[in-house]
Amino acid sequence: MLSLRVNGKAYNVDVEPETPLLWAIRDTIGLTGTKFGCGMALCGACTVHLDGKPVRSCVTRISQAAGREITTIEGLSADAQHPAQIAWREGDVPECGYCQSGQIMAAAALLAKNPHPTDADIHREITNLCRCGTYLRIRQAIHRAAELMAKP
Amino acid sequence: MKATRGISRRDFVVTTLAVGGGLALGFSFPKNDAERAALAVRLSGRPWESLAGKSDVEVGPWLMIAPDDTVTIRVGQSEMGQGVITSCAKMVAEELECDWSKVRAEYVSVNRHFRENKVYKRLVTTSSSSVRLGRPYLQQAGASARERLMAAAAQTWSVPRSELTVKDGVITHKLTGRTLRYGQVAEKAAAIKLPAEPKIKTPDQYTLLKKPTKLLDTPLKVDGSATYGIDVRVPGMLYAAVKASPVFKGKVKSYNADVAKNRPGVHSVVEFSGEEIETGVAVVADSYWHARTALDAMPIDWDEGTHGNDSSEEFFKSSRATLDEPGAKVVTRKGDPEAVLKNASQVVEAIYEVPYLDHTVMEPFNVPLEKIYFHNCFLGGGFGRRGNQDDVRQAVAIAKQLGGRPVKVIWSREETTRHGYYRPMRVSRFRAALGPDGMPAAWTTRVVGMDENYPGDEQVLRGLHKLPYFVPNQLFDYHLRKTHVPTGPWTSVGRSQNEFFLETFVDELAHAAGQDPYHYRRALLEANAEFPFAKAWIRVLGAVAEKSGWGQKLPAGTGMGIAIGDSRRLSRTEITICAVVATLSVSKKGEVRVERLDVAMDTGPFLVNPLAAERQVEMQVAMGLAAVLRQEITIEKGRVVQANFDTYPLLRATEIPDIKVHFVRATDDPIAGIGEEAIGWVAPAVCNAIFAAMGKRIRSLPLKRHDLSWHS
Repeated sequence: MLSLRVNGKAYNVDVEPETPLLWAIRDTIGLTGTKFGCGMALCGACTVHLDGKPVRSCVTRISQAAGREITTIEGLSADAQHPAQIAWREGDVPECGYCQSGQIMAAAALLAKNPHPTDADIHREITNLCRCGTYLRIRQAIHRAAELMAKP
Repeated sequence: MKATRGISRRDFVVTTLAVGGGLALGFSFPKNDAERAALAVRLSGRPWESLAGKSDVEVGPWLMIAPDDTVTIRVGQSEMGQGVITSCAKMVAEELECDWSKVRAEYVSVNRHFRENKVYKRLVTTSSSSVRLGRPYLQQAGASARERLMAAAAQTWSVPRSELTVKDGVITHKLTGRTLRYGQVAEKAAAIKLPAEPKIKTPDQYTLLKKPTKLLDTPLKVDGSATYGIDVRVPGMLYAAVKASPVFKGKVKSYNADVAKNRPGVHSVVEFSGEEIETGVAVVADSYWHARTALDAMPIDWDEGTHGNDSSEEFFKSSRATLDEPGAKVVTRKGDPEAVLKNASQVVEAIYEVPYLDHTVMEPFNVPLEKIYFHNCFLGGGFGRRGNQDDVRQAVAIAKQLGGRPVKVIWSREETTRHGYYRPMRVSRFRAALGPDGMPAAWTTRVVGMDENYPGDEQVLRGLHKLPYFVPNQLFDYHLRKTHVPTGPWTSVGRSQNEFFLETFVDELAHAAGQDPYHYRRALLEANAEFPFAKAWIRVLGAVAEKSGWGQKLPAGTGMGIAIGDSRRLSRTEITICAVVATLSVSKKGEVRVERLDVAMDTGPFLVNPLAAERQVEMQVAMGLAAVLRQEITIEKGRVVQANFDTYPLLRATEIPDIKVHFVRATDDPIAGIGEEAIGWVAPAVCNAIFAAMGKRIRSLPLKRHDLSWHS
């Protein structure tokens, strides 16, 4: 039995310590905003934060996440008011939307360490895949989120 | 609006502090009206559930009106990113004359549809048809409700209907200045029967339609609340991981179920087989991870059947040989092309090949099954893959063996890639005789399509069955072949292969004739008096040339390529004319960088949602480009080689070009649709641009199979 702290709340999860964090979050804890895309850290649909840093939860064991602050899309902000979420809504970024939780989590982590990312920074740091090709809108939304954060 | 999710500033700070890593710390966003409106729940994250309250009144099967004027519009088509929920709701709201900011949407009830003699007309979502086929009856539903509401107000005031006007859900009697809101007359309207159905608006009368509208589902997709099939959870649910015969049409020989059963959480191991599903084995457990790891640990022996040595290489080889045999079916014969070719001084000939392609929906296949209750969820992409329902048949075959326990079947990414219904591979040979003016005097097309499994002839013919360019002598014939590989519709259904052939070949002719590919196409269209859309094509072609800066001098290694088509089908008259110009560079090492893609598209008299339309074009560019650059499904030893995103890569963020969408009005009838009417011209435009950039003609895809390095 491991204790995981997700979005500020403690959960006791009775699964093997090598279980990927993704499946503990989705199946055991029941937060389904974090998505399964590939299972090999290739697509980023499963991106969550561990102590504020983005990780691919499909290849992160729960034993590696125990004792750390895990944040999922559901806990990124109260009432979906993170600047990235606001910018995503403004720009109508998602199409099918399946990858977007991961995209937003990756963007939020980037903005936290780099409040004014350039296109090159975004390309280097965010390698999440989007099947619908919303990349241009994602990039614009990240710049817009940076603007929102800079507002006094 | 009762459905706003309010939260106090204090709550906000407390929560963000608690999550620590949540990064919203210190930000406070006082909400203005626009922001508040953006947060209003206009669609449930569990879209099979209704947001309507007890006091909402149904005014016809398509909509409900609440006392506070909130209108809930029902949608029969499935949302997979194309914006269909918003578009369908808009078509009703256009006629209803309600306040769009008070419109909510929900899915129609499938049960009611069947109980009430198909009251919602059609529930499929396919072939870019939602607007094309839905518009008349959705407008009618809105108009009908509006007239009932107006009649109710007229009754209330004892005035004739003709004295009333309505705007944004407020009915006004101008003579007396009295007003009534929809919410006030809905109850009365619900009981009114109209003597005759009102006429619906013509496109020139539209106000809400045509305008870009933000999508109702966006808010649900930025906070994790949009529920996809893979997210559905019901009490007591089991999870199944599946492995179907790696060689299509193979069978399970043996497996050691004890290996799986001895692992934690495993409930059972079951085989599945049946009509139109691959046979295989499922491990059922209390979590997907338990099911998946137990399945991976369990060795399975397969009977490969008769296809264990089949390969793409062999399919290509035999298809190329088949090109020498006269086509089994002749589509077009005009004049005497063979004689002209025989006596011609300049003949251009080319063989083109395209591989099998997968759909790669982002959301892996899954079926949550709980008796026969159907949850209409969001779909993580479609692209033509969602209609086969082999996944549902498989899930039913598994669930039958679980004694009534609900089960969610999830396919791994590998399983999703290796058990698709692929875009058929196809081989073609084109020949043309050029006259002294460089124009084709004769043209023959022969296609060998591995399409016989699905849906046969039409896919092979689309785009090729009526040559838009003027050629006096023509022959088009084809062969259909069947392999053991399942094939199915892939965005644009048939055309993405054919348009690559056709628009590359025209480009080859232009260069052989020493003419500019844009002007060459124009001349061939102008000469084709038999082609009713020639003028409209020229308009769209002209638009893309002008907007892209066609004809500009470019440095070595940089080039522009053009392509055009109209997505004609044999079975219907509607078209969507689309022209693409790709601007790209090829490094000396042979790396292709598509810098910019201009897409000009005919809108006809209207677009229901220009914003959704633009996004649909962007999706097609990304999908088309990934296919051109490096995607292919290859068969070796009877099975699919590719498995995950490393071997079947999607387009990456760094590779997306600057996409410029130019909507042009070139025709007067409503267009065929917009969900798949741009993708066909991405491949030929890119390959024609490569030729312009460094002189290599691409006749087979994907590009990764070609050495594109060059020296100056």
